[in-house]
Amino acid sequence: MSADTITPVAAPAEEKRYLASQWQLFWWKFRDHRLARVALWFLVALYIMAALCEVIAPNDPNRRDAKRKLASPQRIHLLHNGVLRRPFVYPQVQHINPETLAQSYTEDTARPLSIHFFTKGDPYSFWGLIPMDRRLIGLPDGERLYLMGADRLGRDLFARVVYGSRISLTIGLIGVGLSLALGILIGGISGYYGGVLDAFIQRTIEIIRSFPTIPLWLALSAAMPAEWSNIRVYFCMTVILALVGWTGLARVVRGKILALREEDYVLAAKVAGVREFTIILRHLVPGFMSHLIVTATLAIPSMILAETSLSFLRLGLRPPTISWGVLLQDAQSISAIALYPWLLFPIAFVVVTVLMFNFFGDGLRDAADPYSH
Amino acid sequence: MLTFLARRILIMIPTLFIISIVSFFIIQLPPGDFLTSYVANLAQTGEQVDEAQIAALRARYGLDEPFYVQYGKWMSGVMVGDFGRSFAQNRPVSELIWERLWLTVALALVTVVFTWIIAVPMGIYSATHQYSLWDNVFAFIGFMGMSFPSFSLALILLYFSYTWFGTSVGGLFSPEYVDAPWSALKVFDLFTHIWVPVAILAVEGTAGLMREIRANLLDQLEMPYVITARAKGLSEWRLLLKYPVRVAINPMISSLGWMLPGLVSGSVIVSMVMNLPTTGPLLLTALQDQDMYLAGSFVFLLSVLTVIGTLVSDILLAWVDPRIRFKGQES
Repeated sequence: MSADTITPVAAPAEEKRYLASQWQLFWWKFRDHRLARVALWFLVALYIMAALCEVIAPNDPNRRDAKRKLASPQRIHLLHNGVLRRPFVYPQVQHINPETLAQSYTEDTARPLSIHFFTKGDPYSFWGLIPMDRRLIGLPDGERLYLMGADRLGRDLFARVVYGSRISLTIGLIGVGLSLALGILIGGISGYYGGVLDAFIQRTIEIIRSFPTIPLWLALSAAMPAEWSNIRVYFCMTVILALVGWTGLARVVRGKILALREEDYVLAAKVAGVREFTIILRHLVPGFMSHLIVTATLAIPSMILAETSLSFLRLGLRPPTISWGVLLQDAQSISAIALYPWLLFPIAFVVVTVLMFNFFGDGLRDAADPYSH
Repeated sequence: MLTFLARRILIMIPTLFIISIVSFFIIQLPPGDFLTSYVANLAQTGEQVDEAQIAALRARYGLDEPFYVQYGKWMSGVMVGDFGRSFAQNRPVSELIWERLWLTVALALVTVVFTWIIAVPMGIYSATHQYSLWDNVFAFIGFMGMSFPSFSLALILLYFSYTWFGTSVGGLFSPEYVDAPWSALKVFDLFTHIWVPVAILAVEGTAGLMREIRANLLDQLEMPYVITARAKGLSEWRLLLKYPVRVAINPMISSLGWMLPGLVSGSVIVSMVMNLPTTGPLLLTALQDQDMYLAGSFVFLLSVLTVIGTLVSDILLAWVDPRIRFKGQES
């Protein structure tokens, strides 16, 4: 009797599950993973920051200011003389030690400067197209907001971190995109044709993998001529990173294709006269695309870390290009970080990004197998 | 087992051959060579350039000859242990490398042991106490460890040791032992300093290893044989360590071979930040100066280490897991 009453209620949900496409199941499973969902929003926010960096940065990242050399971060206050008011900062006053010529900064507590939205700031051209001068946050009357302090030339570190995200966040995506393309193509050929070609590709992969990655990256980056333009260096860096990355993906693709190519539907496609290349891309690749996306997502953080490390060692991107690794070049000596610890702020951005990619990839991995449980 | 070994060693030879060609090729990629920059430097400081001496050096290293001749000259030297000469430091490469290579390997080995000692118990605990407080704490630590670029951990550690204790934790020896000859005291001094870089390097490896052991063990704990053993009244500890843990650790052994070279290359960056007398800083300057024999020999030797590491892990795996051993014999 009880079974009769339950069936009509359970049936639509059950039916929905059976009729759902693999991608729908994938999404439902992913939605249940709370940490991964939060990480996804974080990543979306970071990429929005990269896309709109001109608007979000309060200052021009290349604007030098002798009066703010190595200025400490400005604190945001809420209480002025014991009265609550909208968030504000005090202007910084520079003092120069006559003997050591070292700068130090104090707050001029008489003059609170309220933080406003969409203030007039340094002019810029949005995406290189539209001339604008409004910044998301800033101070009125041409005063400058330095949320994370300044580097040794008095440039706003927060603005530089925001601008740096554009390069640091895309280099991983493009690098993974390249290795994904290479991995699917070469792994697909290797798995589908088998035989001598497969053996050759597998040996090649083994050889590439036996190179220690960091010395290889170092050697290749050192080979880039110093007079190359920044765009060329950037492009070469992604290629260098992808050069090692594709091997892992190619192995996954090969393994999956070996398993799938004996299926009846592939035979049916062959009999129907479908071209072999189309069989690989149309019929075989979608069968394991979800696994590939997971592997690729988990490869992005290692590429971001690689860019940061290489640029940090002055072997990757070079100033005036702004990336998180380039910014950390200023924090190389113990005396610099002991006196100006805010130069380490870019590390926080690197760590949060990589952490979020790891959480997100973890959620994807659970969701990639939608039929479990 | 012997045929398996022989096959694996035979495959190694062509791999090493190709690696040596590629490392030499990469080192030659930058335009010009060391002598051109050397001459340019001399000319800049206004010193006399001895044309005859430069020409003699060119001929000796075959700098004007095609790639394969230069490679041949270098390789025939490597066969007998002569890696060429470092132009920048004017010393034999082999001397420079041996000085530092063994410290690099020692650092990597200590790190591997340290990583395993920490990661294996943490992984086992996490799997047997899934979703408990400590499982979550370990997972959090693990993810944090994976997310920090290794050099940044070194930077942060340097910062705190400097501001809190006023000392620098860089280096592998106390100042008085840096140039001292080897003695028991110097070895002891090394052991008191090695922990900081070891800890930094281990954080990275521990995270991945722990997560993997946890996942493998979770799969094993659901197996019917575990239930059978429990039903037969085996004590929980004996049951755990004797069966599922052994199976769960199996795939880890294959990663051991990758771990060693991974650590050697990972330590390159940490060594540079912390100013350790390992291969890292030397490799970096060699690359920057286009000191090609030195840099090429480094890339080559580190690759050889990787290949040997893979071989060792394959042997270990075959030794532990009979399935692999027999598969090798069949084919």
